Amino acid sequence: MPLTRLIDYSLVYPMFHGSARSLKKSLFKGVKSKVADRQVVGGSIISQADMTVVLALSQLTLSIETGERVGLIGHNGAGKSTLLRALAGIYESRLGVLHVEGDLHALLSPQAGMNTDLTGRENIRLYARYIGLDKAAAITLEKDVEEFAELGAFLDLPVRLYSSGMAIRLGFGLATAPRPEILLMDEWFMAGDSHFQEKARLRLTRLIEHVSILVITSHSLPVLRQWCTRIIWMEGGRIRMDGPPDLVIDAYEAINQAEHQPLKIPVIEDSRARAS
Amino acid sequence: MRKRGLSATAERSTRLGNSKPENPLEGHEPESICPRMDDIVSGMRSLRLAGTLGWTDISLRYRGSVLGPFWMTISAAIMVASMGVIYARLFHMNLRDYLPFLSLSMALWQVGLSSLIQESCTCFIDAEASIHAMKLPFSLQAFRLLVRNAIVFAHSIVVPIGVFLIYGLFPGLISLVSLPGLALWLIDGFAACLLLGALCARFRDIAPIIGAFMQIAFYVTPIIWKPTQLSPHQSRYLVLNPFYDLLEMVRGPILGTLPPLSAVLISVSLSIIWCVVAFLFFARTRERLAFWV
Repeated sequence: MPLTRLIDYSLVYPMFHGSARSLKKSLFKGVKSKVADRQVVGGSIISQADMTVVLALSQLTLSIETGERVGLIGHNGAGKSTLLRALAGIYESRLGVLHVEGDLHALLSPQAGMNTDLTGRENIRLYARYIGLDKAAAITLEKDVEEFAELGAFLDLPVRLYSSGMAIRLGFGLATAPRPEILLMDEWFMAGDSHFQEKARLRLTRLIEHVSILVITSHSLPVLRQWCTRIIWMEGGRIRMDGPPDLVIDAYEAINQAEHQPLKIPVIEDSRARAS
Repeated sequence: MRKRGLSATAERSTRLGNSKPENPLEGHEPESICPRMDDIVSGMRSLRLAGTLGWTDISLRYRGSVLGPFWMTISAAIMVASMGVIYARLFHMNLRDYLPFLSLSMALWQVGLSSLIQESCTCFIDAEASIHAMKLPFSLQAFRLLVRNAIVFAHSIVVPIGVFLIYGLFPGLISLVSLPGLALWLIDGFAACLLLGALCARFRDIAPIIGAFMQIAFYVTPIIWKPTQLSPHQSRYLVLNPFYDLLEMVRGPILGTLPPLSAVLISVSLSIIWCVVAFLFFARTRERLAFWV
């Protein structure tokens, strides 16, 4: 039975900037801080001027069973995407327990594994190889995505020539092709023109009906109300509220209207921005 | 969809030492080295993918050029021809002796050692986008790099083969002795990816340092000059240069001499140390790599 379970799970995210990227400067700093340590008795504070450590997920305990469709809400930097990445196995942490059972597929970025110098068609073939399809299945995938993305002659041009909408069509078509037991989805899938959105919704609905567990993040509360059976409201890497959609979303909206909340912690949570 | 073969983590647990009570869910997975071995094993299982990626890298690099990857062959041929004429004059050697040596040395050094080591530095950084988007074994990127370099190697080796043909030289069966040497290079290259790839992802200034280091290594290793040009008591010390030992294991047999025993022993023992260090380092850093790239 597909399930995901987190017990006391925390994830610490190191962020390097400036001289923390340099071995030479880091070595210097190490020597300096050792000398400094000797002077301060009992002091074990390490100077980390250029390295910020962010507690992106903090002691989460959570269990998602077969049949649940979970929506993650919260402000930017609340840890939604980080949680998805942790569930997908991209980020790993030794703090606490993370247990995932079942075939898992994550839709984290529309450009996942795509090489923008390759044509659309070549990317489809490469993707088939990524997910380990055999030849027949790869041909089916190619037809399926070609039909869905409606790129026409563009399918045989390099992806870097595509408009952002076209790239998303292709990425969306590819990412939604597999039929996993557990599906994780970041919010990028809401983009695109209106005709495409309708098509995308149909395709997603078909996919969602198939999966046993769905975890999505979105800022579109109506979509979450419609699709989810459970909403988890995250704040500062913790769970603020967890329950049926209407209850949690109403509370969330009430808070949002009442106060204009500032960000709790300065986390660059959306690492898609870094990747691109 | 994630296939077991690709990631082997359909069931996956992590935990912190013994601070948590035993959980029945993850009792079967002992701590320690397992996830790292898994990474390498599942990387091996997706060799076909690594092959496709490596081949794609090459075909993209030369897309739009008429000759494709044979540009490598041509540029290598031109370099060997021009260097051969000049250095044979400088070293007072005749071309028939010198050119086969030079062409072979250059092909082996440039692809087998130098570019393999330098590219291993960016092995994970280059794959940043897919590392952040998909769960793939990190070792896949190392295999991809090996495939890519093997393809380049196949194109570069054409030049020494041509030179050998022109001079009517046939290395003979003894050249087969170079195969274990090549295998050793592959293993060392894989270890280099795990070690240098991870290290350079964390510290971005290491790659240029390695580049400078390889430049020096090129001059102090007998690649354009022959070991016999040193006096016997000077050339004794060459064996202390690991690049010489590694090179000699492959080059010697093709030129018709068995590598000296000391070179073999040093190559093999250094390779074992190199691999152990690389594996231990990778084991420690693997779970943090996704944050580093």
